[in-house]
Amino acid sequence: MNDSRNFRIDTPTGLQYHRDAELLIKANAFFGVVFLLIGGVLALLVSLTRWPSVHLLPADWFYLTLTAHGLDMLVFWIIFFEIAVLYFCSSTLLRCRLATPRIAWLGFALMLIGAVTTNVAIFRGDSSVMMTSYVPMGAHPSFYLGLILFAVGALIGCFVFLGTLVVAKNDKTYEGSLPLVTFGALTASIIAIFTIASGAIILIPTFLWSIGYIHQIDPLMYRTIWWAFGHSSQQINVAAHVSVWYAIAAIVFGAKPMSEKVSRTAFLLYIAFLQLASAHHLLSDPGLSSEWKIFNTSYFMYFAVLASMVHGLTVPGAIEVAQRKKGYTKGLYEWLRRAPWSNPVFSGMFISLIGFGFLGGISGVMMGTEQLNMIIHNTIYVPGHFHATVVIGTTLAFMSLTYFLIPSLFRREVWLPGVAKWQPYVFGFGMYAFALVMMGAGTLGVPRRHWDMSFAGTALPHEFPGSAYLMMGLVGISGVLAVIGGGMYILVTVGSLLFGRKVESSTFAQKGTPIPRAPVAATIGGHHGGAGFAAPGTFTLAIVFLVAFVLYYFINWKYLSTVWGIS
Amino acid sequence: MSQNETTDADDEPIPVMQQILDNPFLLLFIGITVPTVFYIVWGVMEIVTIPVAK
Repeated sequence: MNDSRNFRIDTPTGLQYHRDAELLIKANAFFGVVFLLIGGVLALLVSLTRWPSVHLLPADWFYLTLTAHGLDMLVFWIIFFEIAVLYFCSSTLLRCRLATPRIAWLGFALMLIGAVTTNVAIFRGDSSVMMTSYVPMGAHPSFYLGLILFAVGALIGCFVFLGTLVVAKNDKTYEGSLPLVTFGALTASIIAIFTIASGAIILIPTFLWSIGYIHQIDPLMYRTIWWAFGHSSQQINVAAHVSVWYAIAAIVFGAKPMSEKVSRTAFLLYIAFLQLASAHHLLSDPGLSSEWKIFNTSYFMYFAVLASMVHGLTVPGAIEVAQRKKGYTKGLYEWLRRAPWSNPVFSGMFISLIGFGFLGGISGVMMGTEQLNMIIHNTIYVPGHFHATVVIGTTLAFMSLTYFLIPSLFRREVWLPGVAKWQPYVFGFGMYAFALVMMGAGTLGVPRRHWDMSFAGTALPHEFPGSAYLMMGLVGISGVLAVIGGGMYILVTVGSLLFGRKVESSTFAQKGTPIPRAPVAATIGGHHGGAGFAAPGTFTLAIVFLVAFVLYYFINWKYLSTVWGIS
Repeated sequence: MSQNETTDADDEPIPVMQQILDNPFLLLFIGITVPTVFYIVWGVMEIVTIPVAK
């Protein structure tokens, strides 16, 4: 067993990589980026087709492209990277060996085979069923089989993560409770287990239906259980990217959480309540009661919203406290002005945090309200919302973490640092604009997942106002800008691996050193109680957020009141 | 720190909330049970009790 206990210590950060964990983190992150590249090319094609004056692809290619884009981005890119995050947060942060590396490789292989199988099924042309693959619309059996294999592989990854926590506890490689970042990863892992199990519950019978063993799948039953997979998979992202925010605050600023107790309690609220938001996809469905809908999307879901607001306050608050300790105390925002805006690890993370809260969070609560949901249900507002949460929130946070991992994990200097410096701004602000104009077009009624908003040649045409066409034109332009930002990320990451100068700053050990020794590792992996609440700038920012939240919420109620005139 | 102080700190009971938060498998149970009961089981029961059209 000694051979499997080889460790590398990255000297500048003090982080300690178990050899198997290091290889698995690299492999998962690498294939995540491969699927991001594929999904990004498809994103360009989708954007250029929904741009009315370009309207690039024919209808069949549009639906094929959109199906592949959804799955490659929302499932394959993100879950590959999340498994990398889980192994990093367990084995690396807890400074222990990875549990059962062979089984972890089996999980990785299943994920890769599954992702390739599903992509092949889609690109064959007979599985353009969108990410949701609602029955009775059927895809090729290999489409479902690929998803099932991928889900089983990811589930194995989650249990390897849990096993690694047990290894760390038994080997006493950390003191007291789990470090907060690892606790956040645990939250993501728990949500992932519920999510993947739900996926298996519905996709296995759907696969059997596709090969003729089952006569029929009830569409409403499918939709209800599928969304426990489809939406909860995006809640794994929330827990994972919030953990990444905490990690980056510690890496860049040495920031300590304002209150570990509060942050942990907020993660507990995620564990219990975040998955219930899946119900907001079914708010317009007959057959489910208002009690079920409102209970899941409002009463209980608001606990999870509260948790997000706690994290949205404590992460910048922790940064502010750390910056004020360094002497940046002038006014409300000197700490923010003097932040390292040219460091993509920080800038990406902060753009992610603000965009997730203001664009993704506020719009999510609005559309999760049963009555308000009627204004925007199945319009392009919905992808506007989730591009703010999943792309600005999760993808950009993961991109930021990559710039830290390139030297620490891949042992390469960042190639083209000037491009890396601007990448979060081009991608982040491109996506801000993209999400905003999508939401604007959705408010005007433009449908989602639709090849031709002009409904040309249909029996019952619909004429949208000119402003809707303008918004969709802006969707195309901002989409291209965001794709350029994504391309910059791929260029820098792949270029760094191929052409980046090798970083030789590691020492190797046969056995791990249990307690963190160097600054970064000590801050991410340690305990800090509470750093206090001397964060007036963050508090003001929170008030601005709440005012925006309340205004937007009530403006939509006002808008709802004008939808149907009462005479 | 004296020996007595160390012993007192060690004897201090761990708060219930911390015990919950420190138990990954209890958290896993909560994270599976709550959405399974309130979202899946409740939702499925509503769907299967819809009367069949005649």
